[in-house]
Amino acid sequence: MEWDFLLVQALSGLASASSLFIIASGLTIVFGVTRIVNFAHGSFYMLGAYMAVTIVPWLLELDRSPTMFFVGVLASAVAVGLLGVAMELLLLRRIYRVPELFQLLATFGVVLIVQDVVSMIWGPVEIPGPRAPGLRHAVYIFDQRFPAYELFLIAVGPAVLALLWLLMHRTRFGVLIRAATQDREMVGALGVNQAMLFTGTLFLGAALAGLGGALQIPRVSASSHMDLSIIVEAFVVTVIGGMGSVPGAFLAAMLIGQLQAFGVLVFPKITLVLAFLLMAVVLVVKPWGLLGRPEAASGRAVLPEGILDPHPLGRAGRLLAAAAVVAVLALPLFDAYTVKVGTEVLILALAAFSLNFLVGNGGIVSFGHAAYFGLGAYGAGLLVVKAGLPMEPALIAAPIAGGAAAALFGFFVVRLSGIYLAMLTLAFAQIAYAIVFQWVEVTGGDNGLVGVWPSSWAASREAYHYLTAVLTLGAIIFLRRVIHAPFGATLRAARDSAARADAVGIDVRTHRWLGFTLAGAAAGLAGGLYAFSKGSIDPTLLGIPMSVDFLSMILLGGIQSVMGPVAGAAAFHAVKDFFMPLTDYWRLLLGLSIIAMVLVFPRGLAGAFVSRRRGAS
Amino acid sequence: MTRFTLSRRALGGAALVALARPGVAQGAPIRIGELNSYARMAAFAVPYRNAMQLAQDQVNAAGGVMGGRHIEFVFRDDGSTPGDAVRVAEELLTRENVAFLAGTYLSNVGLAVSDFANQRKRLFLATEPLTDAITMAQGNRYTFRVRPGTYMQTRMLVESLRGKTAKRWAIVAPNYDYGQSAAANFKRLLPEAIPGAEIVAEQFPALGRVDAGATVGALSQARPDGIFNVLFGPDLTAFVREGNTRGLFERRTVASLLTGEPEYMIPLGEETPEGWIVTGYPVEQIEAPPAHKAFIEAYRGRFNDMPRLGSLLGYVTVQIVANMLNQARSAETEAMVDALADLRTDTVVGPVTMRGLDHQSTLGAWVGETTLRGRAGAMKNPRFADGADYMFSEAEVRAARRSA
Amino acid sequence: MTLLAAEGLTKRFGGVVAANGVSFALEPGEMLAMIGPNGAGKSTTFNMVGGQLRPDAGRVTLAGQDVTNTPPRALCRLGVGRSFQVAQTFLSFTVVGNVQMALIAHQRQTRQMLSDAAALHRDAALALLDRVGMAAQADRPIGELAYGDVKRVELAIALAGAPRLLLMDEPTAGMAPSERAALMALVAGIARRERIGVLFTEHDMDSVFAHADRILVLVRGEIIARGSPEDVRADPEVQRVYLGQSGTKAAARARRTHG
Repeated sequence: MEWDFLLVQALSGLASASSLFIIASGLTIVFGVTRIVNFAHGSFYMLGAYMAVTIVPWLLELDRSPTMFFVGVLASAVAVGLLGVAMELLLLRRIYRVPELFQLLATFGVVLIVQDVVSMIWGPVEIPGPRAPGLRHAVYIFDQRFPAYELFLIAVGPAVLALLWLLMHRTRFGVLIRAATQDREMVGALGVNQAMLFTGTLFLGAALAGLGGALQIPRVSASSHMDLSIIVEAFVVTVIGGMGSVPGAFLAAMLIGQLQAFGVLVFPKITLVLAFLLMAVVLVVKPWGLLGRPEAASGRAVLPEGILDPHPLGRAGRLLAAAAVVAVLALPLFDAYTVKVGTEVLILALAAFSLNFLVGNGGIVSFGHAAYFGLGAYGAGLLVVKAGLPMEPALIAAPIAGGAAAALFGFFVVRLSGIYLAMLTLAFAQIAYAIVFQWVEVTGGDNGLVGVWPSSWAASREAYHYLTAVLTLGAIIFLRRVIHAPFGATLRAARDSAARADAVGIDVRTHRWLGFTLAGAAAGLAGGLYAFSKGSIDPTLLGIPMSVDFLSMILLGGIQSVMGPVAGAAAFHAVKDFFMPLTDYWRLLLGLSIIAMVLVFPRGLAGAFVSRRRGAS
Repeated sequence: MTRFTLSRRALGGAALVALARPGVAQGAPIRIGELNSYARMAAFAVPYRNAMQLAQDQVNAAGGVMGGRHIEFVFRDDGSTPGDAVRVAEELLTRENVAFLAGTYLSNVGLAVSDFANQRKRLFLATEPLTDAITMAQGNRYTFRVRPGTYMQTRMLVESLRGKTAKRWAIVAPNYDYGQSAAANFKRLLPEAIPGAEIVAEQFPALGRVDAGATVGALSQARPDGIFNVLFGPDLTAFVREGNTRGLFERRTVASLLTGEPEYMIPLGEETPEGWIVTGYPVEQIEAPPAHKAFIEAYRGRFNDMPRLGSLLGYVTVQIVANMLNQARSAETEAMVDALADLRTDTVVGPVTMRGLDHQSTLGAWVGETTLRGRAGAMKNPRFADGADYMFSEAEVRAARRSA
Repeated sequence: MTLLAAEGLTKRFGGVVAANGVSFALEPGEMLAMIGPNGAGKSTTFNMVGGQLRPDAGRVTLAGQDVTNTPPRALCRLGVGRSFQVAQTFLSFTVVGNVQMALIAHQRQTRQMLSDAAALHRDAALALLDRVGMAAQADRPIGELAYGDVKRVELAIALAGAPRLLLMDEPTAGMAPSERAALMALVAGIARRERIGVLFTEHDMDSVFAHADRILVLVRGEIIARGSPEDVRADPEVQRVYLGQSGTKAAARARRTHG
């Protein structure tokens, strides 16, 4: 390969890196100050692009000059920044006191809403933006042509980094941002107007995302799928760099840009997973990212977010549980479709319950739980389709597959904590997804495999419903028992204080690892049951949206409650199933429902149930 | 099973059960469950649904089917995942009592619904999924496909490369089933059209996430004479812009799948490259048959927009459905399946036959060259490639479907 | 027989020597206090003994067994209990639940999946709480207790492991003066009665001089004085250090004198 080609390829990598950094810097600043994992950051990026393809052509009509182009880009960024302020004022401000994970759920609701609002306003067809006047051409670098606009982008990244540095070190606002990133409680204690600081931070973060989107319009058209493709990449950059570290994000973006630019030469199909492999390696070696710092241990004792002291079911709880079981068993008396939905709710309830076994009971927040659900489905499905085995052994294989994968990934995962742990679970889930997606000969690739049907005795909807009910309720009762047993208590103890657990002789890592494996096995069983209820398996079962659905279910149900996830799964699935046939804009309604539930039941449905009862008694 | 059926009846479900066997209730509309990615793939699916509604109303206005019964499409979003789609399919069959299923856009969704239909022994008319598997290795008795699949489209395109001199070819395709199988088909078919041709580079960017700079750089480094492109949508726009600026397409033959479809051509706008050989739908240039003109007029009159490829597909689908019901004289699954095999329908783009061998329709596509007219892209010298000439050979079908 | 012996413990952080050749011994039933100004290396030494920090040089033996670099959970099994500067308890548990959890860990029952954790070792846990005067609060959530009471529960948690040695990092930090004396008296009583050795660091000189059998004085990572409370009180070096003179000079002089 000629070196001038390598140079140009490196420049391409730098241009992508620059754009990625601008977006990721906003995400990392928002996280640093507010500790919110802002899923809506990708939506701000998308809105930036849509604003720009609207504003910039209009300005160029007035005067076709580079100035007008950049005025338009900046105006788009500011407009998106104001939308960030709106989200802070209308939504986030109301929920700063609820567990941090709820804010994540609320921002996920915003993602759904923005997706549909964008297609309502701008239509479903992608909108190409104008090229930048004065930067339309290519420049010759030796005898390779390279777009002038990309040279410009290469310069923008460091310029933004420099401006952010000045902001952080030369202004009071910036100093507060840095102080809050390092020690949030200190800033609160110093009497800083936290609300103003957060509003300002959201403005800055959203504006940076908007700027990133607006700067893209000469290269890519604005489309309604931009949000999810960028958000994951921005998370990866932020985590590799170290959450809250702007220079770290810059370094990570450069690394990923080059990795992509040269990666496609060597492994043209690997782009799907390269960034996640890098993230997994970085986190295994440096648990807080390249330039991140361990989260300062809280000076005061804070009650953990999750299951506190699990009590045996009270009278009302027993009645409710009995009613739920009767309802499950009586479902086949209603129409066939209700049975189908009921079967699915049972399966999702088990998956959600197993996730909350980690999140609520163990303080291990997994963003990649669908991996074990999906691998369970594949474990079962492959045995049926490829090995020709019947359903029964396949359903035994499902939890084994899910558990084995969880044991493998969990070995590394339990070494980390907090948001980094969550991101490592996400990286492993994406790696598993990429393997399933890419290994076409065995897994059927993205088409998946069909023909995963139950044995004849369980073929009818009703029989399969009862089979599912027995297995899922059995597994849920077992996991509930484990939560009350010494093993579950040990996981809670390790969550409450790893130092204390260590000092009383508990091997924290090993117990968390076993817990992770157990939850993976339960999710795998759910995945196997899901495969047979659908007749097919495909990579979406392992995808990020599936993991996010599971998280939404446990948060809606209430992570501090043992049985909450079951209610959450039922509510989430019912709401989705109710809205989907009504309108094309069901995502909007689902998003609004999620936000409404977060605002009305900030401790989840089960939390609301418990406090009502407490209030009544 | 019997017990449950009885209990449903005891609950007053008798009427529903009767409805589930259409033909009994004379005069009631025949309901068809249409599930598609209306939310996520709205650019394609909404014009598709528009045309279906148009065609449905025209069929009903003209007296309906089977001697006076109306047809009624029940539209549902398929959630764009196989899991959601199978649930929606179940809802359509059990709650909406549709006579059969139609639709789906994504290949994995199409395959999942196809296998579900096979399991339930209900007819499924897969309108849009492009994967060859749905009519070949995973084909089944109850699934039929309307749109020309990946193999047919690739073959139409490669056919047009006959006589070209480009020997060194590079492939760029999105990294999923459609991209991978288009690339595989191209590799297989290319030597027949251009003896001695070889593949010198392959790029498979992730769908919706093309890193255009790096991809264009990698392709030009291979110094190909020709480029086979399978990218579409936002990936295509980004790729074309980057390639134009860097001169990737200069003095090179470019063959590009689907790029001539209005869905993908319109966003290219003034960036539309000159002289790419593409498959597509040059909607305004189609002269024959006259029915097509009438279709355009009716569509424009009702929706104030030009039809897209999705619209054509939706309209043709309804024409085939109406014809099938008239031939079957029943909305019983087995009768419809039997009627559909080798059914010939006169559509707005000419006769289309649903080949009984592999359940693939002979609907064709147009092949032409891209050109810029004013500030919009267009197809130059379009020629209609009749799908019948580009289907899998009978021997291949038999081999593939036997193993299924 | 010597219960705990540290020999030449040394730890550097970058260029800073946090502990330099620290050696001492502790007998069963003895209360040994480690004092010194901030940054003197008390916590570093403490954490090397407790297994949280890996020493650069030196070794720790427990009843003759080399336990250098043994992690805390393993030290616990060898009979070492701990309390922390900021009390570490299982916040989501009740008071008695905390002690039960420690007993479950001690009995190696943490992997049981079917028994009921709330019913295990309840009587033993209540007995331990009774020893620290907390039995009456047993069923309250531990988060509701006053800090002094939390420290008592922490002591009960440490005792649940049937320790031979207690490591207590500033046991009275953050407590009201009246609570301090009571807690130290409780610890000293238990230690003497049950022949448990106690190594503790402390800022509160009243507690130290009232309850320690012997005292180690650390300055700049080195022991500058050691002995009975009376000896240490009379030591001119110690007086100089606490009067605010440069710790380095004091340490240097100490090395000349003692070394």
